[in-house]
Amino acid sequence: MIKARASFINVGERTNVTGSAMFKRLILEGDFEKALDVARQQVENGAQIIDINMDEAMLDSEAAMTRFLNLIASEPDISRVPIMIDSSKWSVIEAGLKCVQGKAIVNSISLKEGEENFLHQAKLLKRYGAATVVMAFDEAGQADTEDRKFEICQRSYQLLTEKIGFPPEDIIFDPNIFAVATGIEEHNNYAVDFINATRRITQKLPHAHISGGLSNVSFSFRGNNPVREAMHSVFLYHAIKAGMDMGIVNAGQLEVYDQIPAELKEAVEDVILNRNADATDRLLELAPKYQGDGKAQVKENLEWRELPVNKRLEHALVRGITDYIDEDTELARQQAEKPLHVIEGPLMDGMNVVGDLFGEGKMFLPQVVKSARVMKKAVAYLNPYIEATKDVGSTNGKILLATVKGDVHDIGKNIVGVVLQCNNFEIIDLGVMVPCAKILQVAKDENVDMIGLSGLITPSLDEMVYVAKEMQRLGLDLPLLIGGATTSKAHTAVKIEQNYDQPVVYVPNASRAVGVCQKLISKEHRPAYALQISKEYDVVREQHARKKPRSRPVSLEKARANGFDFDWSQYTPPVPKTLGVRTVSVTLQELRAYIDWTPFFLTWSLAGKYPRILQDEVVGKEAQSLFDDAIALLDDLCANNKLQAKGVVGIFPANRVDDDIEIYSDEQRKEVREVCHHLRQQTEKTKGFNNCLSDFIAPKSTGKADYMGAFAVTTGIGEDELASAYIADGDDYNGIMVKALADRLAEGFAEYLHEKVRKEIWGFVPDESLSNEELIREKYQGIRPAPGYAACPEHTEKQAIWDLLDAEKNTGMKLTESYAMWPGAAVSGWYFSHPESRYFAVAQIQKDQMLDYAQRKSWSELEAEKWLGPNLNS
Amino acid sequence: MSTVSSEQALHDAAKTRILILDGAMGTMIQAHDFQEDDYRGERFVDWHSDVKGNNDLLTLTQPEAIFDIHCAYLAAGADIIETNTFNATTISMADYNMQSLAKEINIESAKLARKAADKYSALTPEKPRFVAGVLGPTSRTASISPNVNDPGERNVTFDELVEAYVEATHGLIEGGADLIMIETIFDTLNAKAAAFAVDVVFDELGKNLPVMISGTITDASGRTLSGQTAEAFYYSMRHTSPFSFGLNCALGPDLLRQYVDEVSTVAECLVSAHPNAGLPNEFGEYDLESDEMAEHIREWAQSGLVNIVGGCCGSTPEHIAAIASVVDGVAPRAIPKREVKLRLSGLEPFVH
Repeated sequence: MIKARASFINVGERTNVTGSAMFKRLILEGDFEKALDVARQQVENGAQIIDINMDEAMLDSEAAMTRFLNLIASEPDISRVPIMIDSSKWSVIEAGLKCVQGKAIVNSISLKEGEENFLHQAKLLKRYGAATVVMAFDEAGQADTEDRKFEICQRSYQLLTEKIGFPPEDIIFDPNIFAVATGIEEHNNYAVDFINATRRITQKLPHAHISGGLSNVSFSFRGNNPVREAMHSVFLYHAIKAGMDMGIVNAGQLEVYDQIPAELKEAVEDVILNRNADATDRLLELAPKYQGDGKAQVKENLEWRELPVNKRLEHALVRGITDYIDEDTELARQQAEKPLHVIEGPLMDGMNVVGDLFGEGKMFLPQVVKSARVMKKAVAYLNPYIEATKDVGSTNGKILLATVKGDVHDIGKNIVGVVLQCNNFEIIDLGVMVPCAKILQVAKDENVDMIGLSGLITPSLDEMVYVAKEMQRLGLDLPLLIGGATTSKAHTAVKIEQNYDQPVVYVPNASRAVGVCQKLISKEHRPAYALQISKEYDVVREQHARKKPRSRPVSLEKARANGFDFDWSQYTPPVPKTLGVRTVSVTLQELRAYIDWTPFFLTWSLAGKYPRILQDEVVGKEAQSLFDDAIALLDDLCANNKLQAKGVVGIFPANRVDDDIEIYSDEQRKEVREVCHHLRQQTEKTKGFNNCLSDFIAPKSTGKADYMGAFAVTTGIGEDELASAYIADGDDYNGIMVKALADRLAEGFAEYLHEKVRKEIWGFVPDESLSNEELIREKYQGIRPAPGYAACPEHTEKQAIWDLLDAEKNTGMKLTESYAMWPGAAVSGWYFSHPESRYFAVAQIQKDQMLDYAQRKSWSELEAEKWLGPNLNS
Repeated sequence: MSTVSSEQALHDAAKTRILILDGAMGTMIQAHDFQEDDYRGERFVDWHSDVKGNNDLLTLTQPEAIFDIHCAYLAAGADIIETNTFNATTISMADYNMQSLAKEINIESAKLARKAADKYSALTPEKPRFVAGVLGPTSRTASISPNVNDPGERNVTFDELVEAYVEATHGLIEGGADLIMIETIFDTLNAKAAAFAVDVVFDELGKNLPVMISGTITDASGRTLSGQTAEAFYYSMRHTSPFSFGLNCALGPDLLRQYVDEVSTVAECLVSAHPNAGLPNEFGEYDLESDEMAEHIREWAQSGLVNIVGGCCGSTPEHIAAIASVVDGVAPRAIPKREVKLRLSGLEPFVH
């Protein structure tokens, strides 16, 4: 172990809910007594300062911080050491400062929100009497390069010492330790950047200290403790020499520098010091050799290791354990006549068990995806041997999957791909935004057995119809599978199936995919199944044709006459604190608290409301396990900035003109900058209004100055690369997980930004204080409808948002030809402030409104039919 | 006396000699043997609860007596006298349902002391006198639970303390205090709240007064009631950049010496000490004679431990006169220059 030299302070990290699953559980369960034991053990084990962090969405963090620190005050064994109060929320930091009699360290403040806020907080820290960690983070974001790290620290130092007389010895810089050896080239120099910046800070900023969270650096070797420990030691060895004198370190996770085997030390040093281009690959190659003697694995039940090798493979597949798959596969290979037989024999047998258990509802989707990961690793191990023997494996069949042109959403498609692979189908996944011609070309070249199309947004439905027509025109005889959130059996039956003579099957979810594909692939079963499907769809079409609208349609004129009735003369719309466009930067860490987890579980076909789902009798255990994995990955994403959150928002002067909203260049309201078009509900209402979003904005004729906001946010910058890297590594599970989390973070970002708009930017409820649960239940004033969804279903209106906000330039987000947003993890929409504004579904509209809308948008009737298709009577 | 010149005069005086702080207020009041009626005076004749023992109230009901006590200490040679405001916060006054009087008592107490100090400054212009506005510890503790079954419970919060101290500080300054003295600190978190409040008030008024910090080591364990060592306690309060830092109360000079020594080693400001006149005897009286007490203090002064000395419980003008005479001509402690380091604390100090 690195000697706790006088010059290096070890900050205990176990009392941190974001870093320790056990501590988090204890705090969430309210078991503060045991939580105190964790703190006590740390001090007993030599922590010189203990870091306390209560940043968890499910917690009242301020109350938890207060309670825990008050309890610590009564425990002299713990409170003898100084406390590090750790939170990304200033209110939690202040709550903590109000409970410690000693001189504490605050972790952290930064220039992220500008100088004014930074100095305000620092002044208060002086008043409370605390030292502080200052993150290398400024208005433009977190520093990654040496120069940025140093420059931000220098600027912070000057502001603190010169402007408010903050004692320099009370400043502890955290120049950001990021993960290296991630496979992403730009990350290779991160450790060097940290070490060099540390050296410059030590030389140029007298008396200041330097700290960092050590475990980040080795994140890409999660699960391989010996390698991680070696990385920590090597990193510290060099960083301490450069002047790092404090760190958040798990003392149990350090190898003695001098005792690291020479070969490993050299490889690790190459990685940390970025000494050559293939350092990461070399360490990756070497890493498995050092795995297995890790200290963390002692508690694992290894009885199954005594079973015969075939059973071990089955166990590993069912349980999703990759740790021993290479050695077991090797043993099986030695015992088999041909390497291919390992796949066709024990591995497929194991996957059949998985398939059966899944079919019986005894395994759940996340587990199946983990099984697939094991399978892929085994196959990857065998491939070189198989290629050497030039054997060709047999599969159940070859299926081409693609998300159609104009659409970027692929989580569902990826899950289907994995599940089918588990059932020995070969998958050719063409990815997202795939043009029809390419789909058909690859289908031909690769001689596939089936094509599966996926899409999430409504314009994708038309693209699917187009693909079906083309398949018919070119005389293909492949079955066509249709899936994705907006697809339906009715749409497939009415719009797609009739355009193509071969079987067209709507697949509602991943678990159905296997059965459908097995029937369609079988020469024996296909004709009967195709007939059955075609009859079923006949019935659907008949039902659809007979279906009477539940309520009678009314004319557009009548609908308008029954619009939202409101006395504008008695109402003054709230004036925004700030008008105009501004970009928003926020860390993933901050967005975590805003995540609505329930839809995340739905993505993985686990139904139930969070957090209750974690206790669910049937899926609770698996949900918890999935959730733990999600949290671990989320920690990694946050700690290492693997995804970027970017957003832009603007509030504009606006007034309603009929069903449109005019947005003006300025408060003069003379020059119309943009016109937003909205659709009105057109079914007879016995009570209530025929709503149209425009109704919630003051009509121009009232002379009232009203406003409307627009926003576009993404947390998906980097998601494709990350997901691809996982998938390339055979880890579909994390590949899918990254996107599922990015989606949740983007929704969280929208929630976060909406709150900021209500409280600050527009500021019509400056004092709002709602929990995340209340936010999810939309208990606030105003709405943020998104084009493409129920209240404003027409997708091309996103263009107005893009134009107003210059969204592409400001965030890097793009619109596809179908007006899908790229990256996929994105949300955009409008803000309405009116206290009575609410969400509704436009649902079915009539031809008169279609023509009216076409005229307003300067569209031909054909264009209007295309874009309004989902809302028109078919 | 204007603030700027009084502060300058204070610094000048501290450079050349050991300053004398006054002695106990309570002991002197006891000698008057005031009864319930005396405490009430005319103004509170119909007050709905007993007020005997509320010494700070005497500022309003027996102002001449308080003024005379101040004068007695000034005559004995005190450079700095302490206002009669030890319990004059809304929190402590609540024990008598007199929260609403807290501010008034602070103002009037400071005025009384001001009047006395100005009188003696005029008599001995070569020896200007100063008024220290006292912020006491209050009757509640922010880091100790009142409930043995729940160590996490508190009967006062940091914010409540700050609010009470802000009001008191405003009163003291309005009444004319030259310094603020946060004293008899047995829970550092209370003192941090007091220091926080003082800084808030300074910010509001746009001026700073010198701040004296004085803690209490409760027993031979060498720790404050809330568990900190003297050095750890100093690091907790160092951010206030105090004019002086020291110890008072609880112990007599013999037992207090080692902790004064400890403080003297670490403090980067003046060091003050005002011990009790011994420990209470079986009758609850302090019986350390003035000569004896002065002998101890002489040794402290000669050993270079102190800059400001005085007395706490049990001390009288006689004690102060004796102390003043033994330190006369002894050089004050030189303020040590310490290495710039990160100085943190829990219950124990941590230096990096």
